[in-house]
Amino acid sequence: MATILEDSKFNPDQKLKVVGTNPVKHDGPDKVTGRAKFGADMYLPGMLFGKILRSPHAHAILKSIDTSAAEALPGVNAVATRDDFPELQAGTPGGDLSRNIMAREKVLYDGHPVAAVAATSESIARRALKLIKVEYEILPHVIDPVEAMQPGAPILHSHLRTKGVEGAQDTPTNVVERLVCEMGDVEKGFAAADFIVEGEYDSKPMHQSYIEPQGCVASASQDGQIELYCCTQGIHVFRDRIGEILKIDSAKIRVSQSEMGGGFGGKTSPYAEPVAAVLSRKSARPVKIVLTRNEVFRCTGPVSATKSKIKMGCTKDGKITAAQADLVFQTGAFTGSMFFNGPWAMFTRYALDNIHTVACEVVSNRPKVNAFRAPCVPQIVFGVEALVSEMANKVGMDQIDFRLKNAAKEGDTTVFGQTFERIGFVETLEAAKQTDHYKSKLPEGWGRGVSTGFWFNRDGDTTGSLTITPGGSVTIMVGTSDVAGSRISLSMMAAEELGVPVEKVRAILSDTAMMGNNRVTAGSRTTYSAGMVIVDSARQAIAEMCRRAAEIWGVPVEGVEFVDGAVHPSSSNVGEFEPMSIAEIAAKTSVSHGAISGHTEMNVTGAGPGFGVHLVDCEVDRGTGRVDIKRYTVIEDAGKAIHPLQVEGQYQGGAIQGVGWALNEEYIYGEDGRLQNPGFLDYRIPVASDVPMVDTVIVEVPNPRHPYGLRGVGEVPVTPTLGAVGNAIGDAIGIRPTSLPMSPPKILKLLKDAGLNTN
Amino acid sequence: MTGLRYEAPENLNAAMALLGGAEGSARVMAGGTDLIIQIDNEMIEPDLLVDIKNIKEMRSIDQVDGGYRVGAAVTGMELMEHEGFCATWPGVIEGVSLIGSIQVKGRATVGGNVCNSSPAADSPPPLIAAGATATIVGPNGSRDIPVEDIAVGPGKTSLAKGEIVVAFNFAKRPAHSGEAYQRFTPRTEMDIAVVGVGVNLTLDGDGTCIAARVCLGAVAATALLVDEAAATLIGTKVDEAALDNLAKAASAACRPIDDKRGTIEFRTDVAGVLARRVALVALERARKN
Ligand SMILES: Cc1cc2nc3c(=O)[nH]c(=O)nc-3n(C[C@H](O)[C@H](O)[C@H](O)COP(=O)(O)OP(=O)(O)OC[C@H]3O[C@@H](n4cnc5c(N)ncnc54)[C@H](O)[C@@H]3O)c2cc1C
Repeated sequence: MATILEDSKFNPDQKLKVVGTNPVKHDGPDKVTGRAKFGADMYLPGMLFGKILRSPHAHAILKSIDTSAAEALPGVNAVATRDDFPELQAGTPGGDLSRNIMAREKVLYDGHPVAAVAATSESIARRALKLIKVEYEILPHVIDPVEAMQPGAPILHSHLRTKGVEGAQDTPTNVVERLVCEMGDVEKGFAAADFIVEGEYDSKPMHQSYIEPQGCVASASQDGQIELYCCTQGIHVFRDRIGEILKIDSAKIRVSQSEMGGGFGGKTSPYAEPVAAVLSRKSARPVKIVLTRNEVFRCTGPVSATKSKIKMGCTKDGKITAAQADLVFQTGAFTGSMFFNGPWAMFTRYALDNIHTVACEVVSNRPKVNAFRAPCVPQIVFGVEALVSEMANKVGMDQIDFRLKNAAKEGDTTVFGQTFERIGFVETLEAAKQTDHYKSKLPEGWGRGVSTGFWFNRDGDTTGSLTITPGGSVTIMVGTSDVAGSRISLSMMAAEELGVPVEKVRAILSDTAMMGNNRVTAGSRTTYSAGMVIVDSARQAIAEMCRRAAEIWGVPVEGVEFVDGAVHPSSSNVGEFEPMSIAEIAAKTSVSHGAISGHTEMNVTGAGPGFGVHLVDCEVDRGTGRVDIKRYTVIEDAGKAIHPLQVEGQYQGGAIQGVGWALNEEYIYGEDGRLQNPGFLDYRIPVASDVPMVDTVIVEVPNPRHPYGLRGVGEVPVTPTLGAVGNAIGDAIGIRPTSLPMSPPKILKLLKDAGLNTN
Repeated sequence: MTGLRYEAPENLNAAMALLGGAEGSARVMAGGTDLIIQIDNEMIEPDLLVDIKNIKEMRSIDQVDGGYRVGAAVTGMELMEHEGFCATWPGVIEGVSLIGSIQVKGRATVGGNVCNSSPAADSPPPLIAAGATATIVGPNGSRDIPVEDIAVGPGKTSLAKGEIVVAFNFAKRPAHSGEAYQRFTPRTEMDIAVVGVGVNLTLDGDGTCIAARVCLGAVAATALLVDEAAATLIGTKVDEAALDNLAKAASAACRPIDDKRGTIEFRTDVAGVLARRVALVALERARKN
């Protein structure tokens, strides 16, 4: 359907009644009372429990799998192995996904699935797993991405050749791709610099650490239909990818979404869901699989470990003249890290003429990485912002002034080719300068760090609909997921358009059969994109209500207008009619043309880039190396905060996840290539008392392409965190750490080596 | 796991009979905050669980001869709410209050914490520094042993089959004495000690240390009672020089491992730093006592 909104722009003169307020989330009461249904909460009659057998080896040939004893165990209804998955060509997206979900020729990481069982109880399923005999031929493994690049390193995929390298390659490699991004002439840029700074930085994988482990129920019918209920950031993507790897027509798969206990990018691709589908097909019973935390850590996506070598230069008066980087991104056993985000975003906050970066994506014997808020960006910005701070110090400029001097603005062109429209980086930096935090004197012994961050923000295919009930209430439906409160924000935009209180609007998340295709709910795209389609649907409904009222009054449609939730004659020339409210029009639908609704599908464009500034104060215990975050402020451009509390939650959550990553979170491997800390005891995300109240400042520089001016806010809040905490520690102890996480043993070592440790 | 039997006897004799008569493996269960997790992780597969929470004499806190007798099944929160005990043994309470969250401590017991025999457990170092003893009842009768003699290695105790720790005994606290416990963890709470230190010391009227006990947790296979560290304090005014010696002795006593929770170097360094800090708190308390 053609859409009304196609070139609807932000209107600076609009008077908003609902947008910008903080109503209670409609899905909130169910969540706080425990009624909300998450992935693990679905039960179907006759349901079986599925469990997955996982490789204890980091790298091995899968010689044979004997499932006979497991199949013979009473209570076991089905056992699945690689033989139950169609063989897709290795090295293709489907071939990789299929092999990640169930190992085929080899196991490639500790935790890689090798078989699965469906049984009448969880304990029988667990016992059956122990009866499966797997014969492995153990191969040497490699965990570290730089080691994986060396000649002679164990090779994961014999078919792999490096993309982006000229000339024929005879031998397999672990380097998936080499990507060069450049602009201007860095040699010239460095020649023009008065100060040149450089550093080497590294980071470890961190996990998205959503509190809800993946859970699903699959139910296959005898005629080949599959119903799947699961927690997912993309119902359509799950449907299509499962169809692809199981070779099932996607029209036969119907995916419904549960409530989501956090995803952060980690639920954008399937893991156990296709296995449950296969087990259900084999057993002709519904099959439920809920991952344990151990499985979540060992087999679902952490983020990329990285190594980076960065060099920047600036003039005496503080203008950055050149930036150069060599980057390595570990992607786990299979490609898909979205590593290009790193080189594209790392310098993009600053208006630079000369950039040269080389980035490599490398496979190694670890779980395949998955998206996490601004994939591959924060861990690189960690180094960039160290150098930016160092340059500001060398020049003798205030940290924010230095960044203001180099800040990207409207009209600047980026290394990935985009020319910025109106962006709010300058306003954000200026707002940061005005915070009480930045103006406050730093207490003795503390350190203060400043860092900035950027995210593109995404958009893309999105569908939605809106229906007016006979009583004049409103139901909206979207094909996106609600990972962080989009239902309330979308309801608010519908309420604003229709001039009704937000309590009159209810938002529903569709299944794959109800709505056309949607991109995954990721990239900070959903409130923006689904907001566009819902506003458009609302405007369609409004146009229809105007037609109905005009018809009832017997006047031309041009003679009526929709104001504050009612259709009015646009002037007294049209006639004397009492305005008709939505409820009045809706009450007459059965004597006019039937229900009133709007329905929109759009390939949404125009997501406005987002920028943020983080300020951190910290204190370092010089006897133990422990870092205490004392004060934290996030300043970020939201374009327009539809629901300011939700925006604030994104800012605070991003900062806190970043603090965990900065200080303690890491994947620790033993010599044997096994993950040593697959649980929350030894994988240390912050607890509430580890972080102060995170203060927020919402800057609003409207995105000209959105009717309310909004920009995505989901990823920017993580991007500056690692750099900001690193800079604060550097300021406190006089040594800027270069290795993540900046855990107590590492900080104490830095202090000791410099003779700065005390009691 | 097939057919796990659960019993909750109301007196010690019934508990003994269940444990003694059990076929297969039997386990005492107090709060279950270690045990149930171990069962869930398939680390142990007991056939019988004997819940001791209904045994009255194991649930009470009593004053005996000017000291305290604390039932082994008293929960962390119950102990923390006992004003008299808290005032007398603040260091033991510091250890107990670090166990998990309020919810965890609503179930977790000191007996379970000691008998689980984790080298990183938080109550053993202050209990050992306090000189507490445990009353143990078993098929061969009853005996009292120092708390440091219970754990013999990670997950292993000196208890014989069928033995139960019934209570912990704390002697009357001498004048001018004080104790304290601190641990190092990367997080502020809900974490496991990388190093824990309990110090208990007694001063004479002039402020000279006449008795001391120093116990280190998480730096060896069991909590370590370090006489060499105590000796650095005895006969001193617990001044800077003594504290330096204490830190050195504490570091020297460490026999840690390199693991995901900390390097040998880090644990050794922090043991010294922490010993010094804890001794200062204990000193402060002793002076006020
Ligand atoms: C979230 C969480 C956080 C935690 N944090 C900490 C922490 O910070 N510090 C810490 O030290 N611990 C911590 N623990 C571990 C645990 O809570 C403690 O060790 C607790 O004190 C165990 O007591 P319990 O009564 O639950 O023991 P149980 O689990 O009932 O028993 C533990 C073991 O002791 C044996 N046992 C129990 N009582 C007796 C008895 N009277 N006689 C003989 N054997 C007995 C049992 O058979 C079992 O082997 C944590 C646990 C959880 C779940």
